[in-house]
Amino acid sequence: MSGPPTWTTVCRLDDIEVEGGVLALVGGEAVAVFRTHDDEVHALSNYDPIGRASVLARGIVGTRGGVPYVASPLHKQGYDLRTGRCLDDEEVRVATYDVAVRDGVVLVAPGPPHA
Amino acid sequence: MAPHPVHQRRQLVVLGHGMVGHRFVQAAIERGLTETHDVVVVGAEALPAYDRVALTSFFEVGADALSLLPGGAYDDPRVRVLLATEAVGFDPATRTVLLDTGDVLAYDELVLATGAAPFVPPVPGHDLPGTFVYRTIEDLEAIRAAAATASVGAVVGGGLLGLEAAKALADLGLETHVVEMAPRLMAVQVDDAGGATLRRHVEGLGLHVHTGATTTAVLGETHVTGLGLRDAEPVAADLVVFSAGIRPRDALARAAGLTVAERGGVLVDEQCRTSDPHVWAVGECAAPGGRVYGLVAPGYAMAEVAVDALVGGDGAFTGADTSTKLKLMGVDVASFGDAFATTDGALELVYSDAVAGVYKKLVVSDDGARLLGGVLVGDASAYGVLRPMVATATNPGIALPENPEELILPVTAGAGAQLALPDTAQVCSCNDVSKADILAAAEAGGTTRAGATCGSCKTLTRKIIEDWFETQGKVVDRSLCEHFPLTRQELFDVVAVHGHTSFDAVVARHGTGRGCDVCKPTVASVLASQLNHHVLDEGARTTQDTNDAYLANIQRNGTYSVVPRIPGGEIDPAKLIVIGEVARDFGLYTKITGGQRIDLFGARMEELPAIWRRLVDAGFESGHAYGKSLRTVKSCVGSTWCRYGVQDSVQLAIDLELRYRGLRSPHKLKGGVSGCARECAEARGKDFGVIATEKGWNLYVGGNGGATPVHARLLAGDLDTETLVRYLDRFLMYYVRTADRLQRTAPWVDSLDGGLDRVRAVVVDDVLGLGSELEAAMGRHVGGYFDEWKATLEDPDKLRRFVSFVNAPDVPDPHIEFRSERGQDVPADSAGPVSLGATIPVGAP
Repeated sequence: MSGPPTWTTVCRLDDIEVEGGVLALVGGEAVAVFRTHDDEVHALSNYDPIGRASVLARGIVGTRGGVPYVASPLHKQGYDLRTGRCLDDEEVRVATYDVAVRDGVVLVAPGPPHA
Repeated sequence: MAPHPVHQRRQLVVLGHGMVGHRFVQAAIERGLTETHDVVVVGAEALPAYDRVALTSFFEVGADALSLLPGGAYDDPRVRVLLATEAVGFDPATRTVLLDTGDVLAYDELVLATGAAPFVPPVPGHDLPGTFVYRTIEDLEAIRAAAATASVGAVVGGGLLGLEAAKALADLGLETHVVEMAPRLMAVQVDDAGGATLRRHVEGLGLHVHTGATTTAVLGETHVTGLGLRDAEPVAADLVVFSAGIRPRDALARAAGLTVAERGGVLVDEQCRTSDPHVWAVGECAAPGGRVYGLVAPGYAMAEVAVDALVGGDGAFTGADTSTKLKLMGVDVASFGDAFATTDGALELVYSDAVAGVYKKLVVSDDGARLLGGVLVGDASAYGVLRPMVATATNPGIALPENPEELILPVTAGAGAQLALPDTAQVCSCNDVSKADILAAAEAGGTTRAGATCGSCKTLTRKIIEDWFETQGKVVDRSLCEHFPLTRQELFDVVAVHGHTSFDAVVARHGTGRGCDVCKPTVASVLASQLNHHVLDEGARTTQDTNDAYLANIQRNGTYSVVPRIPGGEIDPAKLIVIGEVARDFGLYTKITGGQRIDLFGARMEELPAIWRRLVDAGFESGHAYGKSLRTVKSCVGSTWCRYGVQDSVQLAIDLELRYRGLRSPHKLKGGVSGCARECAEARGKDFGVIATEKGWNLYVGGNGGATPVHARLLAGDLDTETLVRYLDRFLMYYVRTADRLQRTAPWVDSLDGGLDRVRAVVVDDVLGLGSELEAAMGRHVGGYFDEWKATLEDPDKLRRFVSFVNAPDVPDPHIEFRSERGQDVPADSAGPVSLGATIPVGAP
């Protein structure tokens, strides 16, 4: 890829609760955008490949062994917010997206996602 | 405003670190007494408290396995333990204790938990080398050392402990004699015929039993050589163990001028307070009402009562159940209630099989209607069924069946009802894993697939594994998760004590890290139980599971189902039509639930507010089908329509459902009310079940459906409605406060020391004096109830989250697809992430 990514505006940072998530439409994809306790922002594909539904933005955000993660609301598998790696099944990974926060606005780079 | 009074920390001294002293300290920590008091425990033995009841297993498992405080210190830094230290006196006037180290401890409150000492009859030679008592680990070590050079041992005393000591001597390879003054073994617990059956078992193991034999002297010049008996040949022995009863250790109290009971023991009132207002006595050194109890369970009850009194409660110790069941040398022995038929007109039913070595006796009332007590020797499997049936002054018991002898005849239908889960029982039906499979995997250090599929057997599986670890003498870590070294009950207590109102405060003060999907919903539930706030309040939403966060049930394709409350299952046609119209207009799949309600499936998250709006306008409210909270109270039609009904079960079911709606609890809760004994509401399959009688209501608790169905058991009978509600308030709040995470009422009841009897003692007899507090807590819940759907609709902040995409709120998530089955929409399997293409217009934030 060449050149800087074209960013999609998602919402204001304040619109995401601390340790909460929102669902955004980015380049036609359903992307879950999370805000951690220390105000890091991460974006993952919203699709839980184990539960086979588009739900991750509605999961509980916390830490497991120091790793920031989201638990799928369907069957509670955890996903590393930084890498998309499933913490309960090393075969499974969800796509991640680049995120930026400028002037209190959250931007996500549309695909191709980092699978 | 007046300044807050500043209290100095007070000092509480506990003399004795046995089982009861340990329990007192534990209760003091749990009940918050250490918030105001520094505690010093003084123990004479070198070891911290250990399980004296299991003393005989010391030779097999060692001291560490018996320890009740393996590290020797409590987690609470405000408790100090001084071991190998003895108090030599105390002075109530100066409130000081003098130790054998010469140190002096000042106290504000003093608790005597000095226990009892073995009684050694003052016969000549009683202190010769080679004589022992059987009370402490040190005693057992001395006996083991002496047994190495001995070949014959004699035990003076054929009671429970004497037989334990005899078993220990036999296991050490000695020819063993038991010398008992009474005409039978275990004279306190069993009758002549039971004693005879027990004797045959004991002799079958190769032990020699001498009953009706009074010891007149210990023979020997410089070392024991035998026992002299009255009117009988002497018994030769190289070592002698005295186990002829106990005497309360009340010497310190006597010396300090406290009142002691006629037959020994420090006299205490119902709160375990001695004749000095700042001195308390609990356990075997205490004599509530003049009586000394030589069992640990009453000692534990006294410890809790004393702590309750010290934190300002009004719990009382009003006597204890002395029923016992044990396995002695491989023989079951149980004795309960009026075992010796001392009640006027009592009748005895006896079953005896001398060949099999089984003796069973029931004592029943003169009309044959109530069970008063009994004795079981050789086969005590019916104890679990019979013991709760016993009628007492405060408990009418359970009516006996027409042929009560069937309860003790072999292979009865009722006798097996409450036995422990057999090894062959299937625990996980998804993966066909039995209890034996789980135990085998635990032995091998491996795992099974139990709990890996639907998850409904996880709690049972964990319990089996925990029990296994405990039998291995391992300490089971019941920490909630990596963030909290506490159980749910401990969390409940710290939240109550510190008055926390947010997860952030709880994790900052008592945990580590930022929490997870286990501890966040647990803390949220604990906070909700205590605060009655809206579960979606600022900061509270992100700690909730998706069901609570969206006030609906997430289903397999990420859509939700919606269940309006239909109290007692009663609904008028107009409301029924509204539900139909809502389902039609939103294309929702409709199904009648098992709890007499109507479930509407397939709602997209962004549709929920519009669906609720229609339902709320028609007079419905949230049915809490989503939360760990009260679901339904099922009813039959009762006396309103049914020709058999004896009470109005519909009215009561509606009243109870409305009373407890919205109550957040460790697991979902269900209730049922049946209008007669035909039980059409299946009330005994619920956490609380009410069944009408001619005289009122019978209240059953601890039932459930699910993966391991359990029938509820009778808590109290023939109650008027007001008493019923009072007991239910206490039962539910006691459960909410003390149960483990995701623990249903049935395993919770079983997990309590004393099981259902304990629940009855707390709920009906109010032994902890918590009754009014539990009722008041429930009163606050009932008074603070509001409908969460309606409150959400009225709050734009809460509604903002109900959108598909935050930057494209009108675009539906394309992952949700449906297909048609039997004329209704059901989820279509999703193949994976889908793209809408980049052409969809995107709104600005």
